[in-house]
Amino acid sequence: MSPNLLAVFYLVSGVLFILALRGLSSPETSRKGNLFGIIGMAIAISVTLLSVGNFSTGFLYLLAFLLIGGSIGAFIAFKIPMTAMPELVAGFHSLVGLAAVFVAISAFLSPEVFNLGFIGNIKLASLIEMSLGASIGAITFTGSIIAFLKLRGIMSGNPITFIAQHYINLLLGISVAVLIFYLCKTQSANIFWFIILISFLLGILLIIPIGGADMPVVISMLNSYSGWAAAGIGFTLENTALIITGALVGSSGAILSYIMCKGMNRSFFNVILGGFGGTDSSSSTKGKEQRPVKSGNADDAAFLMKNASSVIIVPGYGMAVAQAQHALREMVDALKKNGVKVSYAIHPVAGRMPGHMNVLLAEANVPYDEVFELEEINNNFSNCDVAYVIGANDVTNPVAKTDPQSPIYGMPILDVEKSKSVLFVKRSLSPGYAGIDNDLFYRDNTLMLFADAKKMTEEISKSL
Amino acid sequence: MEIDPFIFRLSIFILSIFVGYYVVWSVTPSLHTPLMSVTNAISSVIIVGAIIASLSGDADKIFDTANIFGFLAIVLAAVNIFGGFLVTQRMLAMYKKKKKGK
Repeated sequence: MSPNLLAVFYLVSGVLFILALRGLSSPETSRKGNLFGIIGMAIAISVTLLSVGNFSTGFLYLLAFLLIGGSIGAFIAFKIPMTAMPELVAGFHSLVGLAAVFVAISAFLSPEVFNLGFIGNIKLASLIEMSLGASIGAITFTGSIIAFLKLRGIMSGNPITFIAQHYINLLLGISVAVLIFYLCKTQSANIFWFIILISFLLGILLIIPIGGADMPVVISMLNSYSGWAAAGIGFTLENTALIITGALVGSSGAILSYIMCKGMNRSFFNVILGGFGGTDSSSSTKGKEQRPVKSGNADDAAFLMKNASSVIIVPGYGMAVAQAQHALREMVDALKKNGVKVSYAIHPVAGRMPGHMNVLLAEANVPYDEVFELEEINNNFSNCDVAYVIGANDVTNPVAKTDPQSPIYGMPILDVEKSKSVLFVKRSLSPGYAGIDNDLFYRDNTLMLFADAKKMTEEISKSL
Repeated sequence: MEIDPFIFRLSIFILSIFVGYYVVWSVTPSLHTPLMSVTNAISSVIIVGAIIASLSGDADKIFDTANIFGFLAIVLAAVNIFGGFLVTQRMLAMYKKKKKGK
């Protein structure tokens, strides 16, 4: 196949990838979009195989490896429960990162295959591109592994901080840049290995200080990194499909991180530098006088909601932990039978990844046109009779609007307190991730339902 | 003087960032999770590099170091491609509209 024709095919698959993302602008077009993505990938792989044109034993091995990887991927895709989606995505990111590292290594070891020059005499530009690709890929790999461990609960979600942490990271970052400079001068393989090694370390150190509830930002950021790594390799291999894809994924991840940071009213650096929440929570809760709270049981809640004309459900990470989405949908069905109007309100950072709550509700067969984003629904709370908060906490805390001293001051919140009454399902009065007390607990119109989210929701359904 | 092909690739790269910027802003927030899984799948197009790396060289050198890294990258990217697209498909199939008359 001529190089020009090959390049055109790569361009076509790049365009199909753009259409795949474009399809996601609405659920109706999204399935077609995914199909475009699959076609684009199929084109890229087939034309590459044809262009190499080497159908000897190596080709059979290649097919075998493709099949092994493919079956593992398909198996995971069908088996994974929807609640485990955040860690799955983190895991997938780590694979992209590692694949980028491996391709870079193999380009470094046999540059003549990719027309990059010869061992010991690789073109300068290619050397920079492949070492950047390898370095970002390595950071993505170990960073995603840490994110995976934290999301999976294998590693504590608390931020891990130590003295001079940020300076060490800065030092490591600078040393990668210096090493790339020397790599270009000396072409030494040892330096290349060193760059990868330091980047692995940097990936770990960058993610450990970031706490569990900041994971939406971390996942989006790593998504972005995996894109930049792919683009770096794309430049090395002079491959248009890879460059386009890298740029798309890179900017997609960056936008998602931006949206997540805005949802918390924190700057990107504030999140990345980490150490937020978790450890200091004990100091703020102790020594405070006990304020009175009203608590109720499932029957009270059922009575309130049955007599309401409109109910807004506010789900959060707690719903995912308790796997309460199906029970919730059943409760809502019962309410609808009683003629109650029900909608769902989703905060941008609810859950552990962008769109986490929406997927869980979709899994429980909640129609997506009953689910609203913060800006769409926030004005409706004042006309709503009952707000049912299940597993959310900080995103409903009115302190964010009133107390400039509070760490979450300025964060956009769901105006739950404006509804006539609030039902707050929670195990205890413990503070949320930000380590601060939720003012909402002590309001007159709040009824606390102390129980497991799923159990409580099921009990309410029963008494409806 | 001729323009370095690198400049053309850079142009594609920069323009694609802009395309990505506008396309991703138009993605509805409720589909942000499928967005992440599908970007994951498409960034595994890095497999083309792995294919070239693994099929390079003579038949008697299939398991040279460079080729082995290529094969490893193929396995990783294949997990991602199949896993990413299929899990996206599975998620998107769940998004349903309200049934009429209910």
